[in-house]
Amino acid sequence: MEIPVRRMRGLVAAALLVAAACGSGASGDEGRTLNIVGFAVPEAANRAIAEEWAKTPEGEGVRFETSYGASGDQSRAVVNGLEADYVHFSVTSDVLRLVDAGLVAEDWDDGPTKGVVSSSIVVFAVRPGNPEGIEDWDDLLRPGIEIVTPNPASSGAARWNALAAWGQVIASGGTEAEAEEYVRALFDHVVSLPGSGRDATTAFLNGTGDVLLAYENEAILARQNGEELDYVIPDTTMLIENPGAVLIDADPIAEDWLEFVLSEEGQRQFALHGFRPVVDGVEVERVEGAADPTDPYPEVERLLTVEDDFGSWEELSEKFFDGEDAVIARIIAESGKAG
Amino acid sequence: MTAAALDGAGPATSARRPRHPGGLTPASGLGLGVALVWFSLLVLLPLAAVAATTAEGGWGGFWRAVTNEQTAAAIRLTVTQALLVTAVDVVMGTLVAWVLVRDSFPGKRLLELLIDIPFALPTIVAGLVLLSLYGPDGPLGVDVTNRRPAVFLALLFVTTPFVVRTVQPVLAELDPEAEEAAASLGAGRLTIFRRIVLPAITPAIAAGAALAFARGMGEYGSLVLLSGNLPFRTEVASVRILASIESDDLPAAASVATVLLVVSLAVIAAIDLLQRRMVRRG
Repeated sequence: MEIPVRRMRGLVAAALLVAAACGSGASGDEGRTLNIVGFAVPEAANRAIAEEWAKTPEGEGVRFETSYGASGDQSRAVVNGLEADYVHFSVTSDVLRLVDAGLVAEDWDDGPTKGVVSSSIVVFAVRPGNPEGIEDWDDLLRPGIEIVTPNPASSGAARWNALAAWGQVIASGGTEAEAEEYVRALFDHVVSLPGSGRDATTAFLNGTGDVLLAYENEAILARQNGEELDYVIPDTTMLIENPGAVLIDADPIAEDWLEFVLSEEGQRQFALHGFRPVVDGVEVERVEGAADPTDPYPEVERLLTVEDDFGSWEELSEKFFDGEDAVIARIIAESGKAG
Repeated sequence: MTAAALDGAGPATSARRPRHPGGLTPASGLGLGVALVWFSLLVLLPLAAVAATTAEGGWGGFWRAVTNEQTAAAIRLTVTQALLVTAVDVVMGTLVAWVLVRDSFPGKRLLELLIDIPFALPTIVAGLVLLSLYGPDGPLGVDVTNRRPAVFLALLFVTTPFVVRTVQPVLAELDPEAEEAAASLGAGRLTIFRRIVLPAITPAIAAGAALAFARGMGEYGSLVLLSGNLPFRTEVASVRILASIESDDLPAAASVATVLLVVSLAVIAAIDLLQRRMVRRG
């Protein structure tokens, strides 16, 4: 049984390949393909941008091969040979991995947005109506408040949350010792450390915890999908910057694509899907799922950034997460022992 | 399916070896060759790659990785939970197999089909189902999430079919005449089970137990939503491996994997030894 079925499958695949080859041959050399590899969240936004791009002369007739998954996994897959022309990751370190492997040029972040193609901020997702009255970072430490956050050890993107918690102490004039104390107290309230942002959202929506440390775009996306949660933007929070880059060996159309992604139209699509635009002058009338759909992205009183508040990704990874005595990794381990 | 395949392969090879001590017939030579190539490509090479990656970090790196307090706690938790779950599986799996073979009741066919569901369900879906049932919003009013029982429950769910599926066919093949003869000679039910049935199904139980244990050691998907991955409390070894991979420390990840493999191997060998002893004694 097994063999004939397999052989048939092979035949069908071959036939399809031949048909595809004929198809592309017939339409001349317009059938160019752009390989996009990215983290899972912006898939819908990228698809919408691709639709808009197809209406422009550059984007007309371009086919897309896309692969979406966990940011770190995707980055490692590209290093190990997954074909990519354009990558879109959740954290800069995932692009730096490609720079180290010689796949992305050293000057990838020289552009006007410094390599950032989409952005968001760290927010507190809460139960509908915010029954616990969570407004700011201090509220998270009130007795009995249970927090869910993805695990900074296994989810690169979760590191934004920990950085926000640390940075807001420093921003309000605190010392490093006070920041450490705050983060330690915060992790004492953490009841679950799911592996990824998506898992954390799932755990929260199934009833775990009072507060989910989340990203604004994730919260908006969840609400767009009809999930029952509200979110609160603290006065001081962290700007999440998702990098995008074109690979050295990419098809030249990848540069056009990147340009379009950074154009007003491209950023408008991101805004509609919950991401904060990275260029000025992007007009959106209404963003469904935002706390206030007509003013979806209110300005944050004090917005922390990697560059201004933490130096660089290399430095902060070493100091907080990956180094021998990384502060946040240590705090998380100790929080477990205390309990 | 896995269980059946393993079961079929085991006796055949061990029975053949003594009969052809030296030479192989061309047909069996070809068979052996294909089997070895297949096994090498799918099992030996990946295992060798894990070992090689472990070696990259050197002995010091290996030792640092596995004696890291948090990692060691995760490995301990994984091994103890896998052992516990295996013990429960052995008892309950045998019981379920017994009921399926010896009793007839309405819905038996349906139950037989359902037993395999944990094999078929993607583990992340299993985790989701368990979370909605035994989570804070679950209809049963039991909340096991983010505590040790969550790990136990998830492992139990994914390993349940193993012992059932290995024991069931052996039990079905068992000739009831021996049991009837023993009964006519005045043996009680317990004695019959202990002296006649148990020795016959012990190898199958052992095979199922080994599979269940090995599966429990490596489980990830069904756990991540349920256990909360809390260090020193509910974090299992596979989560530590993932964390090492995420911080680009492959040798550390491979080191933990190597420990898991060695422990699995040791436990499976121990189960086999125990099984042989019991069969001999029975």
